[in-house]
Amino acid sequence: MDHQLDQHTAVKETLPTVFGYLGIGIAFGVVGRASGFSPWLVLFMSLFIYAGSAQFITVSLLVSHSPIISIVLATFLVNARMILLSLTIAPYFKQASLAKNIFLGTLLTDESFALGMNKLNFTQGRLNFPWFNTVNLLAYATWNIATLIGALIGNYIADPQQLGLDFAIIAMFIGLLYLQVSADRSLALSLQLLMIGLTLALSYFGAVFIPSNLLIIVVTIVGCSCGVFIKHRFYPGQTTSH
Amino acid sequence: MSSFEYTLITIIGCGLITWLSRVLPFILLKKMTLSPAVREFLSFVPIVIMSALWFSNLFTQDLGHLPQLNLENCLASVPTLISAIISKNLLVIVTVGIVSLALIRLI
Repeated sequence: MDHQLDQHTAVKETLPTVFGYLGIGIAFGVVGRASGFSPWLVLFMSLFIYAGSAQFITVSLLVSHSPIISIVLATFLVNARMILLSLTIAPYFKQASLAKNIFLGTLLTDESFALGMNKLNFTQGRLNFPWFNTVNLLAYATWNIATLIGALIGNYIADPQQLGLDFAIIAMFIGLLYLQVSADRSLALSLQLLMIGLTLALSYFGAVFIPSNLLIIVVTIVGCSCGVFIKHRFYPGQTTSH
Repeated sequence: MSSFEYTLITIIGCGLITWLSRVLPFILLKKMTLSPAVREFLSFVPIVIMSALWFSNLFTQDLGHLPQLNLENCLASVPTLISAIISKNLLVIVTVGIVSLALIRLI
């Protein structure tokens, strides 16, 4: 990374993250196909929802025929962190027009956010529209091309049940959860492990009386509320860290 | 409502809500900010929801009773988790998971 904020530099600095998008994008395409959707519908999900891991949740809830409102709410909850990323990065584009701000927000991702925050260390705290927009556009293009590749490969996989492909979504969440825990510095490791154990207990005992299509949302809202309480009660030093 | 309509309406709903959560802060930032309490609540969402999506697949629900263990998914989770710790690579993790469940079903 350097102090340059032109499009050429943006392309150079985004390329390493492209491989990350490729892997998870192809995986999403395969999972979408294995879940019984046409390649074009799978591509439409990536083009229109563009929510990374949240799209795996959308697909798994569609397959289980959950109520539309609970799928939309679950997708929103998984992606609610985008509000925080957006709030954090938006001030750097105050000089840009409202239309440009809306366009940057539309294609904002975890990865472009992370690159942007990293870039600030090299530019005396400046970002501009051409640089950030190029990062966003490359990510969007890669995500959708990868999805299409995965969806087309999925066409040639005859019996997904026998191949264990239905486990792809679960394996993805195990991977995303592990990567989240190992990368997240905002919560203490012991608190994160405690939250995972608490979620296991809530999922197990909640299943006794909460219908399956509401279970995840109820567990998430109850779990996060417990998390706030536990953090204030037992991790007083962390209450203002973000 | 047909299955295609159900899917399409859901995708449009998910797309709009995701778009709003990305774009509204850019628009509203000067007028309001989230309270620290809300930010703190949201900071737990990724870890809790990803855990919940994993764990809910380890049980077979039986309303009114404690759920049954889904042994296939429980067993396949073990090599998947180990591959996550070793590789830290999503494509590797998913491949190991798929192969693990396929082998378990074969046996």
